[in-house]
Amino acid sequence: MSSRIDAAVQRDLYDQMVLIRTYEEAILREYHADKKPAFDIGAGLIPGEMHLAAGQEPVAAGVCAHLSRGDAVTATHRPHHFAIAHGVDLNRMTAEIFGRVDGLGRGRGGHMHLFDPDAHFSCSGIIAEGYPPAAGQALAFKKRGTDRVAVAVTGEGAANQGAFHETLNLAALWKLPVIFVVEDNDWGISVPRSASTSVANNAERAAAYGIPGVRVEDNAVEAVHEAAREAVERARNGGGPTLIEVHTLRLWGHFEGDAQGYRADLEGVPGKDPIPTYEAALREAGILDDAAVAITRRAASDTVESAIAFAKASPEPDPSTVRDYVFA
Amino acid sequence: MSIDTTQQPATEGDPAEQPAAAPATKRLNTAKAMVEAIAREMERDEDVFVLGEDVGAYGGIFSSTTGLLDRFGPERVMDTPISETGFIGAAIGAATEGMRPIVELMFVDFFGVCMDQIYNHMAKIHFESGGNVKVPMVLMTAVGGGYSDGAQHSQCLWGTFAHLPGMKVVVPSNPADAAGLMTAAIRDDNPVVFMFHKGIQGLPWMAKNKRSIGPVPTGDHVVEIGKAATARPGSDVTVVTLSLSVHHALDVAEELAADGTADVEVIDLRSIVPLDTEAIIESVTRTGHLVIVDEDYQSFGLSGEIAARIAEHDPTILKAPISRVAVPDVPIPYARPLEYTALPTPARIKEAIIGQVAPA
Ligand SMILES: Cc1ncc(C[n+]2csc(CCOP(=O)(O)OP(=O)(O)O)c2C)c(N)n1
Ligand SMILES: [Mg+2]
Repeated sequence: MSSRIDAAVQRDLYDQMVLIRTYEEAILREYHADKKPAFDIGAGLIPGEMHLAAGQEPVAAGVCAHLSRGDAVTATHRPHHFAIAHGVDLNRMTAEIFGRVDGLGRGRGGHMHLFDPDAHFSCSGIIAEGYPPAAGQALAFKKRGTDRVAVAVTGEGAANQGAFHETLNLAALWKLPVIFVVEDNDWGISVPRSASTSVANNAERAAAYGIPGVRVEDNAVEAVHEAAREAVERARNGGGPTLIEVHTLRLWGHFEGDAQGYRADLEGVPGKDPIPTYEAALREAGILDDAAVAITRRAASDTVESAIAFAKASPEPDPSTVRDYVFA
Repeated sequence: MSIDTTQQPATEGDPAEQPAAAPATKRLNTAKAMVEAIAREMERDEDVFVLGEDVGAYGGIFSSTTGLLDRFGPERVMDTPISETGFIGAAIGAATEGMRPIVELMFVDFFGVCMDQIYNHMAKIHFESGGNVKVPMVLMTAVGGGYSDGAQHSQCLWGTFAHLPGMKVVVPSNPADAAGLMTAAIRDDNPVVFMFHKGIQGLPWMAKNKRSIGPVPTGDHVVEIGKAATARPGSDVTVVTLSLSVHHALDVAEELAADGTADVEVIDLRSIVPLDTEAIIESVTRTGHLVIVDEDYQSFGLSGEIAARIAEHDPTILKAPISRVAVPDVPIPYARPLEYTALPTPARIKEAIIGQVAPA
């Protein structure tokens, strides 16, 4: 473990990861609560596809630790961890996931379409399509003479999409303040990286666009933090984009309801959970003890449960408003 | 989403239902009917192969390829990277070399990332080559909403494809037609877009339409592309529709017949390119009343096209202005109360039919 990082930061990274996990576990519980005994994707208080990010907390926590509210994040179909780490309003995000009027999108968007203009956060359900808008946000930040940066997130599967490559070239050419983050969780739904990608890792692809590429192994939050620190600094100082790929972990299915029959690595998955590993390391270093862990978990649980209560108390949208918001 | 098929059998033996003279059938759900048709053509013709995202071990997100990998191996059932422009374009190239690829676009909503290959290449090569280059391929894709999957995963968009010349567009509503249209599509020398609604696949993890399992002929079974079917004969009002909405229309028709409100004829278009104008006009000439039910966006689409064809033929066959039940030009909303306001629900269809027979 790097000793360059100070204990307060380590505590923050841990707290952030626990908050994210607590959130994903609560959504998991609420999502399945009323889809029993037979799973029906369209039923219940939270219907539709649900892509949870358990196991991928180190990426969001490590990257977003360097961002402030003026910085932008474009996330994917699996957006909750980055939304939380970037400070998206948890109550309104949760209300959106429940399809309520107090949601970020007044119930129009849903879990793959979270837009929080205050946090400059957005996401898309179309693979790799968050990359181009991030370049555009960075372009706006640069044109206006600010030192703000944009972070674009995709999975490793998305790195084979045209939009990914077009945006890398564009951002490199225009020296835009963007940090390209690739979450390599080994899988694009049922397709393993080995069956989708011609190179061993996506950091190598940065060379094709003349930008730095970094690969972080082992889902290590502090290594992510360090790589992101350099990349954000470079971007803020006019040094242009960086590509960071993190080898992370899809702890659960691609989406809820995915029995993962195709997944050969399933048995080893629980043992790779990054949160117990990090917690053990911080205990070892004397940064965490039982009391500190209890405080973190309690605080996370209070925050999350009150967001869920907020969502459930918010009314459903009035059907007579169905035509609203198509145009400004 | 997998795929605990134990919850609902994809096949059911039901020999008792078959009248002696009818062709042999077995009961399949729509997904299984598609798979069987594909498998049969793969057995017949070495040039047929399947490619797309998660079509291999997963068996297709909406079960359109379940079991094909085991039967035909990875050379003929190819998982692709998430590179729709690349692999749909590759299917086009293979087709121009005489193969017959079936390429899956997982959700039709994703056409945006690969439309150039589809409409500027797949659909135009035959024309641009003066008929010298054929593109015999099937682009199969899942359509439709109703399960809160939001604005990027719930659209139908068949009107968009049908608007662009050079590709046939088929939209089955039941297992037998899915099998017969798939067979026809594979054998066709043109590119055929095969659009299947998630709500009639018979998926174990989604609310099922009761007609998503039905009899499918076991022998060679081809449904001619461009021929509509009369899903229910009737004399008072014609409902022209397609895909999942056929079932909503049939349910409403049964209800209105039972209470004596109206005798409704339901036309299942099955294909929209070519569109069976004759069948529509024949029916409306008899009933004088037309309700068009379309799960696609209302404006500039299928419902307007049908209205135009009637107007071009003879507007006086209508005894009343037509009614359209379609998505009111808003993206499909996530929240259930909004989504079910936008979709052509049975309640909206019923209101439109009643409006035809008993104007306020
Ligand atoms: C353009 C497009 N193609 C396909 C899909 C369907 N799809 C949703 S998630 C996914 C896999 C994405 O894999 P990856 O980028 O590795 O992200 P992960 O799900 O592993 O986080 C696919 C193929 C989509 N949403 N958009
Ligand atoms: Mg992945």
